[in-house]
Amino acid sequence: MSESIKQFLYLNRKAPYGTIYAWESLEVVLIGAAFDQDVSLAFVDDGVFQLTKNQDTSAVGMKNFSPTYAALGDYEVKKIYVEKESLEERGLSLDDLQHLTWEDEDDDWAEKDSIHLVTRSEMTAIMDGADVVFSF
Amino acid sequence: MSTLHTVNKSPFEKTSLAACLGHAGAGSAVLLLEDGVYAALAQTSAEAQVKGALDSVKVYVLGPDLQARGLSEERVIPGISVVDYAGFVDLAAEHEKVQAWL
Repeated sequence: MSESIKQFLYLNRKAPYGTIYAWESLEVVLIGAAFDQDVSLAFVDDGVFQLTKNQDTSAVGMKNFSPTYAALGDYEVKKIYVEKESLEERGLSLDDLQHLTWEDEDDDWAEKDSIHLVTRSEMTAIMDGADVVFSF
Repeated sequence: MSTLHTVNKSPFEKTSLAACLGHAGAGSAVLLLEDGVYAALAQTSAEAQVKGALDSVKVYVLGPDLQARGLSEERVIPGISVVDYAGFVDLAAEHEKVQAWL
């Protein structure tokens, strides 16, 4: 008996560290990756701050979970959508974010970008297209 | 003696910063910490709000919270002073009271 594959969208709208949402989302994504579903991650509003480079929590006594995003590709999570307007409102560009990749086994394990910069209207379409949205 | 106001919420998500700046008297100090540090960044949609406040209040940002979030001090709006935890303690001691905007 096989269930049909659903499109899961994890919607991330919170900054890291100030609240537990970002870390909880990442944990749920990694757990959910064990089930063969079509997974996408969306980073909107303050959620874009989760992906900044050079996070260093040594002085605040919290766990730096940002290196975990780089492992998403190994868990077949390769569709990460970042909203352009959200970045711009926060003075950020794609260069300020980690470079996340996945390896395409159908293309001689070529390393491909996981992050896709999308406009707000494109994000609307991505949300509309999802079967299930998990909000964090 | 004046008040040290602290703001620990993102200005893009909550109105804590706006409320704080609307009530902080001339000569008081505002310390941005935790997710409040995002208000210290230059070239954001919140920048004008903070820059406008610099004429009447001293604004500080907690360095370790910037560092945790991958934000370098070069991104901070000129006129805002970066302090460490010891600086936070000094600010708390120098002011008559600490008022938190959550």
